[in-house]
Amino acid sequence: MRALDIKLFRDLWRMRGQVIAIALVLAAGIATYVMAASTLDSLQRTQTMLYAEYRFPELFSGLKRAPASVLARVAAIPGVVEVESRVIAQASMYLDGFDQPVSGQIVSLPKLASQFNQLRVRAGRLPEAGRDNEAAVSDGFAGAHKLQPGFAMEATINGRKRKLTVTGIVSTPEFIYQLAPGSIVPDFKSYCVLWMNRDALEGAYNMTGAFNEVVASLDRDARVEDAVQQLDAILKPYGGLGAYGRKDQVSHRYLSEEFKQLTMMSTMFPAIFLSVAAFLLNVVIGRLLATQRGQIAILKAFGYTTASLAIHFVKLTMVIVVIGVALGIAGGRWLGGGLSALYMDVYKFPYLHYEVRAEIVLASIAFGVIAGTSGTLFAVFRAAAESPAVAMQPAPPASYRVSLFERFGPGRWLSQPTRMIFRNIERRPVKSLLSIAGVAMSTSILILGGFWGDAVDYMVFAQLRRAQIEDISVTFFGPVSRRALYSLTSLPGVSYAEPVRSVPARLRYEHRTYRAAIQGIESSGVLRRLLDTNLDPVELPAEGIVLTDHLATMLGVRSGDVMTVELLDGSREIREIPVTGLVSEFIGVTAYMRRDSLNRFLREGDSATGAYLAADPASVDHLYTLLKKIPAVAGTGTRARTLASFYETLAAQMLTFAFFNTLLASTIAIGVVYNTVRVALSERSRELASLRVLGYTRGEVTYILLGELAVLIFAAIPIGLVFGRALAGIMASTAQTELFRVPIIVEPSTYAFAALAIVVATLLSALSVGRKIHHLDLVEVLKARE
Amino acid sequence: MTKVYDMGEVSVHALRGVDLELFGGEMMVLLGPSGSGKSTLLNILGGLDRASGGTVLYRDLDITAAGDKELTQYRRSHVGFVFQFYNLIPSLTALENVAAVTEIADKPMRPEEALELVGLGDRMHHFPSQLSGGQQQRVTIARAIAKKPSVLLCDEPTGALDSETGIVVLEAIDRVNRELGAATAVITHNADIAGMADRVVHMSNGHVSAVDINKTRRNPRDLHW
Repeated sequence: MRALDIKLFRDLWRMRGQVIAIALVLAAGIATYVMAASTLDSLQRTQTMLYAEYRFPELFSGLKRAPASVLARVAAIPGVVEVESRVIAQASMYLDGFDQPVSGQIVSLPKLASQFNQLRVRAGRLPEAGRDNEAAVSDGFAGAHKLQPGFAMEATINGRKRKLTVTGIVSTPEFIYQLAPGSIVPDFKSYCVLWMNRDALEGAYNMTGAFNEVVASLDRDARVEDAVQQLDAILKPYGGLGAYGRKDQVSHRYLSEEFKQLTMMSTMFPAIFLSVAAFLLNVVIGRLLATQRGQIAILKAFGYTTASLAIHFVKLTMVIVVIGVALGIAGGRWLGGGLSALYMDVYKFPYLHYEVRAEIVLASIAFGVIAGTSGTLFAVFRAAAESPAVAMQPAPPASYRVSLFERFGPGRWLSQPTRMIFRNIERRPVKSLLSIAGVAMSTSILILGGFWGDAVDYMVFAQLRRAQIEDISVTFFGPVSRRALYSLTSLPGVSYAEPVRSVPARLRYEHRTYRAAIQGIESSGVLRRLLDTNLDPVELPAEGIVLTDHLATMLGVRSGDVMTVELLDGSREIREIPVTGLVSEFIGVTAYMRRDSLNRFLREGDSATGAYLAADPASVDHLYTLLKKIPAVAGTGTRARTLASFYETLAAQMLTFAFFNTLLASTIAIGVVYNTVRVALSERSRELASLRVLGYTRGEVTYILLGELAVLIFAAIPIGLVFGRALAGIMASTAQTELFRVPIIVEPSTYAFAALAIVVATLLSALSVGRKIHHLDLVEVLKARE
Repeated sequence: MTKVYDMGEVSVHALRGVDLELFGGEMMVLLGPSGSGKSTLLNILGGLDRASGGTVLYRDLDITAAGDKELTQYRRSHVGFVFQFYNLIPSLTALENVAAVTEIADKPMRPEEALELVGLGDRMHHFPSQLSGGQQQRVTIARAIAKKPSVLLCDEPTGALDSETGIVVLEAIDRVNRELGAATAVITHNADIAGMADRVVHMSNGHVSAVDINKTRRNPRDLHW
């Protein structure tokens, strides 16, 4: 090995603590990138593959009922390539051994081989042709209950009970995200999708020779909007519920939102981590170059070229980069595998090929090299290009001056060591500011870690403890008279019932449209309330419609504007309605009206499609059993289950991010603080040793070094706290999706944790440096040249 | 040849017009107090620094007109340096310090050979911090001569050493000068060392103030101070 390379490895070994700290920060950045980018890439590629393989349609529409002959007219729409009709039935189900009601939908299997939405059979088989008591079930439900093919379920279809034998467990891109109507998070235990033979379902659902859903594929050049318009026109007489393209298909839409979040994760976090790593490399390599000024000069004196010396130091940086990138890729792959598995818990992909593709590995290497060189290249070339005669001279004594703090502040009464601290900080303001910036940055990233937890807790608190506080929610098959509620109130344990009227609609303002549910709730509701930003209940205006602010933003509508509402309940009526208010909600997007106002809008009497119940906690379980026996009840949910499934699925995901985030942030904190201390020590060990020779005690010398550090850290922490809050704001606004708006909530405990973590990192670093101060070589100082 | 350092507010005239020749195989001692311009002269001769005026020729090469590349090549092929404060690379052993130079030289001797020449054959694998001052200085001599330079420049080679150790170091320089025939310039402010030279150049205040020629070179062992 060449002597210069030997020097390189010995230098690295001597600085191993710092090398590891920097490599870890770099690794954190690369790992976050690899994790998010590879997961995103794998999910997107899997999605594309699945759509092609299982023939995911491009055009969808539900309707009340149309004779089979209408299908030919749909097929004739220009741009439509293939069409298929289906029967979809809402059903309530009962599973032996599970005492809660299960709601779900049943999808017809085509008589011939299906063109669209083909199923991947994960276990068992599809129902045999001609069997009307067999069904296949979605894998989410089977997985949640750990069921194997062959079990029995009881389904209430169209008010009639029917025994079904489940022959197979299947999955399909159509139901990657399975959300029960009216719920905000997937609940695989109490929601399922079944597939039955077409004939059997037609018979059970009163659809013989007819269909109530149509799907189609489109020409490459066809415009979805045009096809939607024409399909709507054809289906209008048959109670069409509004056609839509892929972008409004539930699974597709939720996945797209998730992809947005992953994209943010794969850019923002790595950018932060990598800039910190670049900063650290700059500080540490800069210091190394300063200490090796003489060595560089001597090597040049003996004929080493500027380039060869620059390469030497670039190599040194690159060794750190290589360690960081390798660790990062390995770590990112591991985390990405875990994250993908987590996604599979919520998103029921028929399969997921997780892989880290070469492009991502190459990009990681490029990012690492860029971070490494951007932090050091300039300093390295400047040092290597220095004239050897100049470099061999001792560096000129740094020019100090009386610090501002001393002149204007209480500094005049400071002791000599304290003056040294402030003069040293002021002498190199840029360096001091950079150290402060580095520590502040790690403080802010630590806050970001805790912020997710705070935000999730706040979302849950706002949504499930302030806005929606029913014990049980009930959904009927269709609108029922208000009087039906009395039968609910009379059930044992029910203390109070509040009706709700829900209707699906296409909301339109100018050219923007959005499919959402309009919920008619009670004006002085107790169980379901709208809240202002302080979480205080707000009164619903007597007339008009109130939108979730995120929905208003998507539609570009403001309070006072008049919006178009196209009802998707089969009537397909189109009406105008003024927007009379906006509310902030963190979960989902909904439009609200007063129920009496909605009743009038729908030109109906005092009716409801569901109810919120307050019940005695002890009787909640018993109530389920009673409720599911009521034929008109399509679905039942409890707040307890919603809470549980929220934490099991989406919150679990967010909190896992938060955990990684905190882990990485701690790495950065330690990396920055440790390096700051080590660099300070190496810069000033001569000076400190000289002071020891002059008679300063170890304590005084330690005070000079660590006092400076303490000043910097205590200046950095408040800045970091403010910056962390701002970062949380940026993160929250980027993470805005239709699923969630993350509230910008940072609890005092999160601030305290971040500050404490920095203080602990400082104490540990100080401890390690303190030992070195004890062993300063006093004789060496007197001997060696300045 | 002149050298002026521009120090911002003041200009320092380090060399105010020096006219000098150095011959192959010659041992020249540059004598003078601090600030007389010795080190500046040596740095310019070695291609570490540039003259402000005048011309410096190495054989046919005009060092004053040479660019950074040519100067680097000049140092790499022809010049050996010995410094007062050793300037060894602390992370490399004695042998590796010498190898750092032989690796980039044209026809160097083996690093071991160079170390044996200065009497350090048994200390090759020691790090600088494990060597005494005299031993470290001898490593720098080995490092300087390993490339078989035609110019050997020594800046206060004994400045940091006691007299006994200093003599061992001077012996090494003397031996190298005789055996390799390199034009050797030794800077010192110690007049007693002048005896080992062919020619003694006295410098003061940026001028050559006097030149003495020794009829016989004294063996460094016979020197004392």
